[in-house]
Amino acid sequence: MTLTVVLALAAGTYGIRFAGPQLRNRITVPPRVQMLLSMAATALLLALVAVNAFVPGGKFGGWALLAGVGVGGIAAWRKVPFVLVVLVAAGTTAVLRLFGVA
Amino acid sequence: MVRSIWRTLDLSVVRNVSPIALTAFVTGASFGAIAVAAHISVALVCAMSLLVFAGGSQFMVVGIVAAGGSPIAAVVAGLLLNARHLPFGLAMGDLLGRKLAARIVGSHILIDESVAFAMAQGDRKKAKAAFWTCGLALFLTWNTGTLVGALIGQVIGDPNRFGMDAAFPAAMLALILPALKDKVTLRVAVLGAAVAVATTPLLPPGIPVVLAALGVVAALPTRRKVTA
Repeated sequence: MTLTVVLALAAGTYGIRFAGPQLRNRITVPPRVQMLLSMAATALLLALVAVNAFVPGGKFGGWALLAGVGVGGIAAWRKVPFVLVVLVAAGTTAVLRLFGVA
Repeated sequence: MVRSIWRTLDLSVVRNVSPIALTAFVTGASFGAIAVAAHISVALVCAMSLLVFAGGSQFMVVGIVAAGGSPIAAVVAGLLLNARHLPFGLAMGDLLGRKLAARIVGSHILIDESVAFAMAQGDRKKAKAAFWTCGLALFLTWNTGTLVGALIGQVIGDPNRFGMDAAFPAAMLALILPALKDKVTLRVAVLGAAVAVATTPLLPPGIPVVLAALGVVAALPTRRKVTA
């Protein structure tokens, strides 16, 4: 791995990040499109959740992971404080793995 | 500007950001350890975390290069994984600030977590404060984590032993749950997530998540109802 690789990845990533807000500031977005954009962003976030829970690394991530995210999701739905949601999710997965659940 | 953020910042945001910041520290430490184990110098590993600041793509690029893959392929794969930040930036808009300087700095901390935290807030002022608090906190912990991991390396071991891989999706889910109470948003998001999971085995990493934006077709029927 070289500095060139790091710089290329950094420059490309920054360009992607800078382009979004910049584009948005140049064009006037109608409220309807604004709403769809925010829905699309929520869809992307839920997709991140789903991919990381079900198929991280391109294949099934195992029952311990799925159970942890599931328990965390139920806790969030039951309005458990955010800090506990994160702890319960990580804890469930960690304990299941400790007992040999893949 | 920093002062105005502190003024609007409520303690609940700080409290909610802290477990995510801690997760970023542990994951950053494991990144540092893995990268050093792949014979990358401590300085270069730290430079990578500072300049790229996108965990998934950093793990991926180090993995590909360590496995003997071509550097160009590694960079392309990493950038595909980060493509989702373009629509995230479009959705955030001027939340980063109207001044160019604010957008230059803000763009660097446009990450999944800061976007999710911003979108979970009720009003724009709070959203802006949440975006900056989360982004800056994670920038700090991700980079200190990387440094610590690169220095003490193998002591940490596999972070997934502590369920760190479950912490990220669970936290994101908790942040978007309120938005999913809206029926149309729920339809859009579920369709998008289904598209992403279904296409994951077929497409390069990163692209399926971007395809989730196609979920907005589920919002179009209501548009017809509104305009009719």
